[in-house]
Amino acid sequence: MNGAVSSPRSHLEALLRAGEFAVTAEMQPTSGADPDEVRRLAAPLEGKVDAANCTDNPAARPHLSSLAAGRLVIEAGVEPIVQLACRDRNRLALQADLLGAAALGARNVLLLTGDHVSAGDHPEAKPIFDLDSLHLLRVARVLRDEGMYLSGRALSSRPSYFVGAVENPFAPPHDFRPIRLAKKVEAGAEFIQTQLCFNVPRLKKFMARVEQMGLLERLFILVSVYVTRSARALRYLRDVVPGIDVPDELMARLDGIPPARQAEEGFRLALETVAAVREIRGVSGVHLISIHGQDAILRLVEAAGLLPRPVIASSGVSLAN
Amino acid sequence: MSFLGQALVAIEKAVKVPLFGCRMCGQCILHETGLVCPMNCPKNLRNGPCGGVLVDGNCEVYPDRPCVWVRAWEGSQRLPVWKDHIVRLQRPVDWRLQGTSSWTNLASGRDRQAPVGWNGAGADGSAATIP
Repeated sequence: MNGAVSSPRSHLEALLRAGEFAVTAEMQPTSGADPDEVRRLAAPLEGKVDAANCTDNPAARPHLSSLAAGRLVIEAGVEPIVQLACRDRNRLALQADLLGAAALGARNVLLLTGDHVSAGDHPEAKPIFDLDSLHLLRVARVLRDEGMYLSGRALSSRPSYFVGAVENPFAPPHDFRPIRLAKKVEAGAEFIQTQLCFNVPRLKKFMARVEQMGLLERLFILVSVYVTRSARALRYLRDVVPGIDVPDELMARLDGIPPARQAEEGFRLALETVAAVREIRGVSGVHLISIHGQDAILRLVEAAGLLPRPVIASSGVSLAN
Repeated sequence: MSFLGQALVAIEKAVKVPLFGCRMCGQCILHETGLVCPMNCPKNLRNGPCGGVLVDGNCEVYPDRPCVWVRAWEGSQRLPVWKDHIVRLQRPVDWRLQGTSSWTNLASGRDRQAPVGWNGAGADGSAATIP
């Protein structure tokens, strides 16, 4: 990795390079213009997770922008991972926002294609998809490493960020997924967060192939773990959210529990998943998601024995304020 | 456009639309995508499937149709040649070429022109400075 010779660009990168098992969490998106709403959601995560994702119109529904959220998360003392999707902007706007995110202090970006507009609440909107996620990864690296726009025009100063991507080991065509990951590395990805993991055996197969291909030396892999509150919520994920693989036995396990105790079982399931993926070679961390607030994430971090979070004193990385 | 140019567009359309559902992007990569046109992907993805492919291999936007990239992957593995071309990193689409003949653009080399930043970064693996 070219990046291995330079100093880490973010706290998250410093931890991963130091071989620490990283913990990131998904920020809840907000639908208002009150900055305190974002700061209030971020504040409890300080010191409990290494970085928090600020999503970009998740599920193709508009929310407060990920750039603004990223800045507010910094103000709350948490390192953001600012997401940018290809759905809503062309290559001009994406480059502008990459520079903007970096200027506002974001030191991690996560670049993805994005859900199609038909999945959201503005299905009549024009889907952009000018670039795909691999193009965007390359463009982010060109801005950072070459100091120029895609057009070749020089920047006056280079952005500094750790470049992330996503991959879904659980969706077809399964044999192609590791190859696609290799393409993402070639395009410029330095870390990935996976789609939600409910199928650990499938993840193991993916990781074995990824290791065989020599990719573990070239990027860090964080596995997403979801805290399910009920069988109903899990069924919704399986049936309505595209690309999520919930094995039948898992569904049956939650269905077999009385509704009043399903939240506890869902938490136990998340705890087991964290423990299981931690044992897989090449998994460098977990990304924790709960749509019902951070309480479940904070409980999970504690119960999984992931506290206290390590501090890298010598990294020289601090939150830009 | 010259008469010959117009004729080539008409012939290409007549051949490739019925055969491949060609969208006339003018920068054809069919032989690198298992002879399945990637421009039929609702997200115009040219480098592989998105994360939303359904468990049965169908498209998240059109759940009754197979994912373009599931077909492309299977198609590429059935081809006697070009099997490994699907791993190549494809450059961004040049939207100015929409509706022009990819044959003309192949002959002139126009379809291999990429923005300076993309080439400067060694997109074809030749002079890669990153990653």
